[in-house]
Amino acid sequence: MKLTKEQVQHIANLARLELTAKEKEKFRDQLSSILDYVEKLKQVDTKEVAGTAHATGLENVMREDKITSASKEAKDKLLEAAPISEKGLVKTRGVFE
Amino acid sequence: MNKKFIIKMPLNNLTIKQAHEGLRKKEFSAVDLAMACLEQIKKIDKKVNAFINVTEEAALTQAKKVDEKIRRGEKIGGLEGIPAAVKDNILTEGVKTTAASKMLENYIASYDAAVVKKLKTAGMVLLGKTNLDEFAMGSSTETSYFGPTKNPWDLRRVPGGTSGGSAGAVAADECIYALGSDTGGSIRQPASLCGVVGLKTTYGRVSRYGLIAMASSLDQIGPLTKNVEDARMVLEAIAGRDEMDATTIKISKSNFKSQDFKNIKIGVPKEYFVSGMDRGVEECVKKAIKKLEELGAKIEEVSLPHAEYGLAVYYIIMPAEVSANLARFDGIRYGYSILGKGNPLQSPLNIRGEKGGLYEVYTHSRARGFGDEVKRRIMLGAYTLSTGYYDAYYLKAQKVRTLVKQDFEKAFQKVDCLVTPTSPTVAFKLGEKFDDPLTMYLSDIYTVSINVAGVPAISIPCGFVKNLPVGLQIIGKHFDEETILQVAQAYEEATEWHKMKPKI
Repeated sequence: MKLTKEQVQHIANLARLELTAKEKEKFRDQLSSILDYVEKLKQVDTKEVAGTAHATGLENVMREDKITSASKEAKDKLLEAAPISEKGLVKTRGVFE
Repeated sequence: MNKKFIIKMPLNNLTIKQAHEGLRKKEFSAVDLAMACLEQIKKIDKKVNAFINVTEEAALTQAKKVDEKIRRGEKIGGLEGIPAAVKDNILTEGVKTTAASKMLENYIASYDAAVVKKLKTAGMVLLGKTNLDEFAMGSSTETSYFGPTKNPWDLRRVPGGTSGGSAGAVAADECIYALGSDTGGSIRQPASLCGVVGLKTTYGRVSRYGLIAMASSLDQIGPLTKNVEDARMVLEAIAGRDEMDATTIKISKSNFKSQDFKNIKIGVPKEYFVSGMDRGVEECVKKAIKKLEELGAKIEEVSLPHAEYGLAVYYIIMPAEVSANLARFDGIRYGYSILGKGNPLQSPLNIRGEKGGLYEVYTHSRARGFGDEVKRRIMLGAYTLSTGYYDAYYLKAQKVRTLVKQDFEKAFQKVDCLVTPTSPTVAFKLGEKFDDPLTMYLSDIYTVSINVAGVPAISIPCGFVKNLPVGLQIIGKHFDEETILQVAQAYEEATEWHKMKPKI
């Protein structure tokens, strides 16, 4: 199966990746051949089979709903990593602009 | 032990146990040990490129602390003062942790991973961070933003991946042991290609807190060491339930006791020995199985009927989880960003008719920060999880995953562990498989099913083909690291492969 150009663009949008036209062609070919390979799972009968999410069967591991605050030191370290910050907050472009 | 011999042998060549004995008997100091490793790194790492970052000052400071403890006559633990290297996708506080990506080129970790915290408490001397395929995606350490690591056995060849830096560093005696991570074979395959021991634990055995997440239902951290008993020591230090990783399990040590080797039944899955496999590898592994039989184990052929689907299951589930885990790299909170560079974003209108808005911060930061393999897998995952395709791909893969897991469980009703080759080939040449993703993916054909099923497995050296190492993979039941370590140890004690060193 070969992905269409539109499908590749749609995937790039979902993945939030800006691709050049050349990259779109290259990935179109590569993704298509990988998808061809994984198609072989269609051969397997899984009618009565439940999926596995956790390999050793753990479910619903809970903790107490308690809020603990990070130290100023920890907060400062996190802010240092942000490309732009202001007044102790991470700055971003407008969400609704 | 002959004291003269110990002092003459380069200290960086020692195993954990030998190094510990030497420290305990005051034959040399922790600083001596660290210096020996740092000297080796200075001598050969320009050729091998195992390290992304060497933390010399910090290492010597940590070593001095251990020496002071010894001077005061205090008892030291088995890992105390032992120089180690950590794969650069495991967070080390205050030290750059890059995931071998431009995306995190300058990122300084703000906390220690759980395993790092444990090893620091145990007195580890951290030599530095080792190279890997970018974001742990690859099978050869060639997708690293900082260039590939070379195999110490042949510098024109790959060390395997993605823990190629860690495997290479151990093989080249640049450290005494190292930590790696394994999602589809990333500890075992490079261990095999570099002739060292690599252990991937049962899923849930070791905390993933502080491991830069790749595929959360498959990732595990584990040791790369010069012998089996060293791997056991590191495992004991890093395993355990962690509050910060809800997927970890508390296991009582009494669950699994070592058995008399003569009672051990070893299964050989027939699907792993196919026509067309590398003859040299096949010969080495078959000889190793014969050796195990000579040592008293009972060998039995078994079948893992869904073995041929393991890779396909992996290449649907793993990219899906990757696409979710790497969504956090958005150019806003950390990592590479087009923001803050003083240049207004110049771009045509996007699908929403916006120019240079939030959406572009995402798409451009990610496009420039990530390499091709990372992009491929994010896109694969985005596709297989999207509306209209989720059932056919991801859900289907989850179901086949159950069947793959059940294959192992059924086999383990008859035998105690399985043996297979770790890798279908010995180390291939740099660039040989790089251009075709699918060819590269097939390098993992023997290792991925193990992650899919969540069982533990270890790779140990079992021979050479044209002076290139071959690895034997021993696979165990969930949480039965004990049996696979025991079998590995028995084989190692009867052979000399693990003592051989590359000439660099």
